[in-house]
Amino acid sequence: MNTGTDRVKRGMAEMQKGGVIMDVINAEQAKIAEEAGAVAVMALERVPSDIRAAGGVARMADPRIVEEVMKAVSIPVMAKARIGHIVEARVLEAMGVDYIDESEVLTPADEEFHLLKSEFTVPFVCGCRDLGEAARRIGEGASMLRTKGEPGTGNIVEAVRHIRKVNAQVRKIVHMNDDELMTEAKLLGAPFEVLKEIKREGRLPVVNFAAGGVATPADAALMMELGADGVFVGSGIFKSDNPEKFAKAIVEATTHYQDYELIGELSKELGTAMKGIEISSLAPEQRMQDRGW
Amino acid sequence: MVKVGVLGLQGAVREHIRSIEASGAEGIVVKKVEQLSELDGLILPGGESTTMRRLIDRYGFMEPLREFGGQGKPMFGTCAGLIMLAKDIVGYDEPHIGLMDITVERNSFGRQKESFEADLAVKGAADCYTAVFIRAPHIVSVGENTEVLAEYEGRIVAARDRHYLGCSFHPELTDDHRLTEYFVHMAEQAKLAHV
Repeated sequence: MNTGTDRVKRGMAEMQKGGVIMDVINAEQAKIAEEAGAVAVMALERVPSDIRAAGGVARMADPRIVEEVMKAVSIPVMAKARIGHIVEARVLEAMGVDYIDESEVLTPADEEFHLLKSEFTVPFVCGCRDLGEAARRIGEGASMLRTKGEPGTGNIVEAVRHIRKVNAQVRKIVHMNDDELMTEAKLLGAPFEVLKEIKREGRLPVVNFAAGGVATPADAALMMELGADGVFVGSGIFKSDNPEKFAKAIVEATTHYQDYELIGELSKELGTAMKGIEISSLAPEQRMQDRGW
Repeated sequence: MVKVGVLGLQGAVREHIRSIEASGAEGIVVKKVEQLSELDGLILPGGESTTMRRLIDRYGFMEPLREFGGQGKPMFGTCAGLIMLAKDIVGYDEPHIGLMDITVERNSFGRQKESFEADLAVKGAADCYTAVFIRAPHIVSVGENTEVLAEYEGRIVAARDRHYLGCSFHPELTDDHRLTEYFVHMAEQAKLAHV
């Protein structure tokens, strides 16, 4: 019997496909998410938009919150550790969290090195803006990817940029000649072996979800249309006027992302979505997507 | 060539389709109730059973799925799909689709860090088969006419009750298509019996 194999870790993310993973900060929100049909919840102390507003250093959530959420629902529970923070990740693993997000939403603990995720039994999800980043994270052992987008802004533009970029670069790799791959690996800063795997399989070897700016059912459907395997919704749900209704609408729009009549129906009278931030108004140090290397 | 559908509301749909095609049948992603009528068999894939149940209800799949089984058309549930098919679920008053005469328990091998792969024998399909268990359920007990096909450390992990097949693990996550072939064969036989 083998635990923590690539197949087991990547397979767990495969089971989440076509689903929505929701940020929650307590048991009550976790139950609303589960009831709405979320495939997993991300247990946090604060959602990204509040982290952004609060400023200061953002760290792993209080383990009591994570524990409370784990007790409240039967769907998988994820939690965030700071980039490169080996101990936060080990603590979450010891608690039995089902997936760890090595996340740029939190303040990085290491400005040079990410976690060596292959050493852990628990699987990891990591953010990426391009194939170089995606392949480096896979090389370190990430079992799932997500776009970075720009978390806590309610603005989808960065997530769109990131998924288009990664998918365009994957297509390029798939159509490349074998003798061109090494130079591409050099240019992307990507592990050669990972690029070979992408070329062989014709796709990324792990699932890639959308994250960072999904605020409406149409946003979720747009990311699916652009090739995301599923959607993370952070501040969008519990910062909206009617979280129950919003959560259900986002799940439904993700499942039936090409049923435009349906998306129109379920977008009616949803109340105000989160306010949102224009990306160009963010100062460089406020851009979470530039964290990670 | 028989047509085998995969309920495509959520979960590992693409992998099952690939496995069905490798087993010599036509694979169809089922997102709407109307699609069921053209199928000779249906796979309920792995995913999140709670989520899948909500979506089955919302899109009115429950009765059509029960009718599908009632017509004698084969159904195969893997992991979350097994939970959907079972007549009894430990700790729950009501089953989901509830067609297969077995009792299952959810997440009975533990959380994700306890997820594992192991080699086991599946009666009638493979002597040595690598089974991938992810937050897997197991079959606590089976009805009188249900045949146990595989066990792991004393727990039942695959069974067949008439035209219903179920397993705790994920045949779609490996390149070994023998269990899918077994199901495609069930669909072929059911089709012949109906003609």
